[in-house]
Amino acid sequence: MLRLDRVSKVYRVGSFGRERLHAVRDVGFEVRSGQVVALIGESGSGKSTIGKMVLGLTSITGGAITFEGTDVAGLRGHRAHKEYYRRVQGVFQDPFSSFNPVFPADRVFALIRAEYFPEVGEAEWRRRIEESLRVVRLDPAQVLGKYPHQLSGGQLQRILIARALLLDIRLLVADEVISMLDASTRIDVLNLLADLKARGMGILFVTHDLSLGNYVSDTAVILRRGAIAESGPADRVFTNPLHPYTRRLLSSVPRLHRTWAQADAELPADDGGCPVHGRAGAGDGSATLVEVEAGHFVGCAGDGEGGPCRPDPRA
Amino acid sequence: MSGVSLEVSDLTVHYRTLRGDVHALEGVGFTMADGEIMGLVGESGSGKSTLGKSLIRMDSRMRHVRGTVRLDGEELPIGDQAAMTPFRYHRVSLIPQYSMSALNPTRRIGRMIDELLESRGVRPASVRAELLRRLDLVGLSGQVLRRYPIELSGGMKQRVVMVLSTLLDPSLLIADEVTSALDVSTQRAVAQTLVEFRDRGYLAGMIFVSHDISLVNQIADTIMVMYAGKPVEKGTAEAVVNGPRHPYTRMLISSLPEVGVTHAERRLEGIPGSPPGLLDPPRGCRFRERCPLAFDKCDQEPPFVEVDRGHWAACWKAG
Ligand SMILES: Nc1ncnc2c1ncn2[C@@H]1O[C@H](COP(=O)(O)OP(=O)(O)OP(=O)(O)O)[C@@H](O)[C@H]1O
Ligand SMILES: Nc1ncnc2c1ncn2[C@@H]1O[C@H](COP(=O)(O)OP(=O)(O)O)[C@@H](O)[C@H]1O
Ligand code: SF4
Ligand SMILES: [Mg+2]
Ligand SMILES: [Mg+2]
Repeated sequence: MLRLDRVSKVYRVGSFGRERLHAVRDVGFEVRSGQVVALIGESGSGKSTIGKMVLGLTSITGGAITFEGTDVAGLRGHRAHKEYYRRVQGVFQDPFSSFNPVFPADRVFALIRAEYFPEVGEAEWRRRIEESLRVVRLDPAQVLGKYPHQLSGGQLQRILIARALLLDIRLLVADEVISMLDASTRIDVLNLLADLKARGMGILFVTHDLSLGNYVSDTAVILRRGAIAESGPADRVFTNPLHPYTRRLLSSVPRLHRTWAQADAELPADDGGCPVHGRAGAGDGSATLVEVEAGHFVGCAGDGEGGPCRPDPRA
Repeated sequence: MSGVSLEVSDLTVHYRTLRGDVHALEGVGFTMADGEIMGLVGESGSGKSTLGKSLIRMDSRMRHVRGTVRLDGEELPIGDQAAMTPFRYHRVSLIPQYSMSALNPTRRIGRMIDELLESRGVRPASVRAELLRRLDLVGLSGQVLRRYPIELSGGMKQRVVMVLSTLLDPSLLIADEVTSALDVSTQRAVAQTLVEFRDRGYLAGMIFVSHDISLVNQIADTIMVMYAGKPVEKGTAEAVVNGPRHPYTRMLISSLPEVGVTHAERRLEGIPGSPPGLLDPPRGCRFRERCPLAFDKCDQEPPFVEVDRGHWAACWKAG
C-alpha cells in the first residue's frame, strides 16, 4: 500500500541555508493494509520528517514514496492532493495545536464536510459524526459544542482520529499521538489503533516509546540519525534486538517492576561490537542492512558519516 | 531522610470561570520528609499542575479558598503573591509543564539566565562559576550560553532549565512533566540528573510530576496518586507499586503496557468512564462512579488516613 524506496531528506540550515542537514538517509520500508509499522527512534532521528514526507507536507530530496502505485512527490494541484487526503491522513503529537481556540473543537468536522461532503444533508452528517465519535469511544454529548480548553488532551486526540475516520481513509500517520497522554488514555488510543488495523487500515505509528511500540505493531523500524539501524517483525526486534542502539533504547524504557540498573545488568556485557562487522570495526556505517533472520535486518554500528564501527558505549 | 520539610493541610484552590468555580484542589493534605523525592501521578486534569502552581505562584484566575502550606516549619503566604516573592526560586522553585518550549526564542541562553537572575535580586557574576560547574555536570559546555533555544535539542533545553531552577539550592523543587516530551534515553538521563541534584544537596526535596508511574517509580522515594483534585493514596514507591490500596491506583497500574505485551496476546483495558466534572463535583468519594468496589457508604467522603505505617489512602475499603 505505502512504499518507501531509498528515501532521503536534506534540510538547508544555518544562515542563508548554506549548511546541509541529512535528516533522512536511504530509508526503505513498506506499510501493508491491516498492518501497523512502528517507526521508533530518539528525538531528531527523522521520524516526523518521514511522516511529513508521506503526507506530502515536505518535499522528498531523494528516492520515492508511492501510495497504492501513485508517486506522492508527483501529486500536483488541489484536486490531486484532495483525493490523496481522502485516503491518507495524519494525527500529530500536540493535539492542542490542531485546534483553533476561538472555535468549538467540533469545527474540525465542519471543515471536512465543506471540503469533501458538501452534498451530505445535516441529519446524515450528524449521524456520521456520532458514529465516528463512538468508534473512538467518545460520548457525542460530552464533546460536541465544547471549546478545546474544556477538553482533555486525550479527548482532543480522539476527536482528530474521529475526523480522519469520517473520510474512510486507508492509511493513518500517527506521530507521537500518545506521548502526552496518561496511561489509561494511552491504552484506549492504542486499542483504537488495533481496532482500525483490524478493519484493514494501514498505520504508520511514529513513537519514541518502545514499550508502546510493541503493543500494536507488526513491524518495527528503528531509526538512528536518519538511517535505519534495525528493522523486522516487531516481536523479533523487541525480543532479539541486535543493534547496540536498539538495546540501549530498550534498556532506557522505564518499567514498573524493574529498575534501570537491573535493565543495564541484563545488557550483554560484551555484545561483540558491530552487529555487521563484529569486533573488527572495519565498517564505515554506510553499508547496507544485513538480514540476520527472516525479515530481520540490522545495520552497521558506525556513525553513518564515514566513522568506523568500533564498539561505542553510547552506540 | 529526617524531619518534615513540607506540610500541606486542607489546601483548597479553585479556578474562577464564567460558568462558576472549578474545584481543582479540595482539602489536599500530605507531608514530605527532608530530602524526599515524591512522585506525583494521576490522570490528566487531576490537579497535579494546580498543586504545583499553588505552592509557588497562583495565577490571577486561581483562588486560595483555604488551607496552609508550611516549608521547613515556616508558613508560606501562598495566597499573597507579593509576599511570596522572596520565597520563589530561592526556597521553592518550579519547572513548569512545557517550560522547554516556553524559552524566549529571541534571547541567547546566557542573556536569558542573567535577566532571570537579576529579576530575582541575584548578581549573575556571583553565581557564574557555579552555573558553569553545574552545566558541566549535566554534560553541557559553557558554549550553550551563547546559543539560541532553537539551536538546542529538547533534552539540552530541559537540562538548562533544570540547572537554572536549582541554581540557588531551593528547599523544594517542583518538576512538572519535565521529561514527557523526551525520548526514552534522554528521559532517563534527565530524570537521573534530578536525583543526582538531590544527592549533591542542590535541592532538599522534590515533587516530580508525571503521568507515567513506571518512570516515577525509577526515581521517587514516595508516590502520591491524585484523582479529581484530591490525593487518593500516598506511600513509599515500593508500597504503592507493589501493594496499592486504593482501587484507582490498582486500576492505573494494571492498565500499564509492559514491554513485550502485545495487543494480540492480551488486550489491556483502560479505566472505563471518565473523571467527574469539577465545576460541581459529586459528594462522597469522587471515584465512586468508576469504582468496581463502590457500596452504600461511598456516598460519604472517605478520609485520607494512614492505613499502614507511612501509607495513606482515601477509600472506605482500604482500611
Ligand atoms: N485556567 C483554568 N480555568 C479553569 N479550569 C482550569 C484552569 N486550569 C486548569 N483547570 C482545571 O483544573 C483541573 C486540574 O487541572 P491541572 O492542570 O492541575 O491538571 P493536571 O493534573 O496537571 O493535568 P495534565 O496531566 O493534563 O497536566 C482540571 O479540571 C482543569 O480542567
Ligand atoms: N523544517 C526543518 N528545517 C530544518 N531542519 C529540520 C526541520 N525539521 C526537522 N529538522 C531536523 O531534521 C532532523 C530530524 O527531525 P525530525 O524528523 O523532527 O525528528 P524526530 O521526529 O525523529 O524527532 C533533526 O535534526 C531536526 O532538527
Ligand atoms: S471509597 Fe468506595 S467508591 Fe471510593 S474508591 Fe473506595 S470503594 Fe471505591
Ligand atoms: Mg517528531
Ligand atoms: Mg499538568
